[in-house]
Amino acid sequence: MSPKSAKAKKIVATTSLAGCFGCHMSLLDIDERLFDLIELVEFHKSPIDDIKTFTKECDIGLVEGGCCNDENVHVLTEFRKHCRVLVAVGECAIMGGLPAMRNTIPLKECLDEAYLGGATVADCNPGRVIPCDPDIPKILNRVYPCHEVVKMDYFLPGCPPSADLIWDALVALVSGKELALEYRTFKFD
Amino acid sequence: MASFVRFTLDGRECLAEEGAQLVAAAKECGVFIPTLCNCPGIPPKGACRICTVLVNGMPHTACTTRVVEDMAVVTRTPELEAFRKSVVEILFAEGNHLCPSCERSGNCELQALAYRYRVTVPHFPYLFPKRDVEAWHPKLVKDHNRCIQCKRCIRGIRNDKGQAIFAFGKRGDKVVINIDPETSKDISDELAQQAMDICPVGAILRKGKGFDTPIGRRTYDRAPIGSEAAP
Ligand code: SF4
Ligand code: SF4
Ligand code: FES
Repeated sequence: MSPKSAKAKKIVATTSLAGCFGCHMSLLDIDERLFDLIELVEFHKSPIDDIKTFTKECDIGLVEGGCCNDENVHVLTEFRKHCRVLVAVGECAIMGGLPAMRNTIPLKECLDEAYLGGATVADCNPGRVIPCDPDIPKILNRVYPCHEVVKMDYFLPGCPPSADLIWDALVALVSGKELALEYRTFKFD
Repeated sequence: MASFVRFTLDGRECLAEEGAQLVAAAKECGVFIPTLCNCPGIPPKGACRICTVLVNGMPHTACTTRVVEDMAVVTRTPELEAFRKSVVEILFAEGNHLCPSCERSGNCELQALAYRYRVTVPHFPYLFPKRDVEAWHPKLVKDHNRCIQCKRCIRGIRNDKGQAIFAFGKRGDKVVINIDPETSKDISDELAQQAMDICPVGAILRKGKGFDTPIGRRTYDRAPIGSEAAP
């Protein structure tokens, strides 16, 4: 690669908050276009290269998952600080997704069900403890879509968004061209 | 013999039977007007407003409007399209629509309209209302999270005595559409299926029936809702 194109590479950061990593799997599903992608962009903070902290400013931040705990809020806020363009990727980032099914149930009821009364708890929690170690992220009262926490610039629907949609969006963002949003790739499931 | 009247649709001269419903007449002429609470064969209600068009310059719901001579109808302007998109967005924000886990996904009229208008995220805050899923009925499941209160089920589904099997309870933003335990007691599988089919969304499901069409072959997987009307 020529040094010129290396300089022109856009820098991309990605993260999975309250998601299932499905959106990241869909990103990997672009298959052989991954070779084109690494010509186009450089990955910074991301589970893909395991860079944990921002040490430079990024052009594009891809966020999977909504915010279900205070650590998610912290990471999302960092992403907003360090990424010029922030994209909510997938149903959970956009509306909370399946984790948000708990949004209509009081938190105490959820925790009681998960740790004390649930059918699968039976004998595996003899001390009847609801974990609250200071080292574990604190759970929020409900799951928040990303745009309720910070300003999000773009939204890519899907559960997960199709590899083609993610690819089209990345190419559009890198090249500055408008995204066509083809019907074929625009789905909520 | 029915008499025909001349009217214009987006500037084009068209013919329709006098008194025809505007939504149906437009479809005959190859023009799609989106609908949600309207359902061919049952009396229109004008509840959802998504079919709003301009009739002689004034907004009208096309499902409750009859075609008359010389009527000038405009179905598509940037404002009308934006209005329709916000109707869809409001319905998504108002209920709990978790499409990835919905049995109706791919065959849902609300979702299909969201695709058509490329709704990525509602411009309204999600309300996350507390709603129930009712499963007491032997043949039907009622998921209130997805109900858009279009009342198609109330208007269109009758038992063999001609009684409605759905009814609404409460009022205002608390309104719920319930299954009537009495009139729905002995419904046939066919009627249960008709109830599921008349619902534009996944709020009425048949018990024991889940996902039966593979992704890619569902009604709105390939072409947007309304494509069949487009000339
Ligand atoms: S009813 Fe339609 S819009 Fe609602 S969750 Fe199901 S598929 Fe999605
Ligand atoms: S259950 Fe379905 S058909 Fe009945 S009012 Fe609700 S959305 Fe409409
Ligand atoms: S379809 Fe006309 S108001 Fe709902």
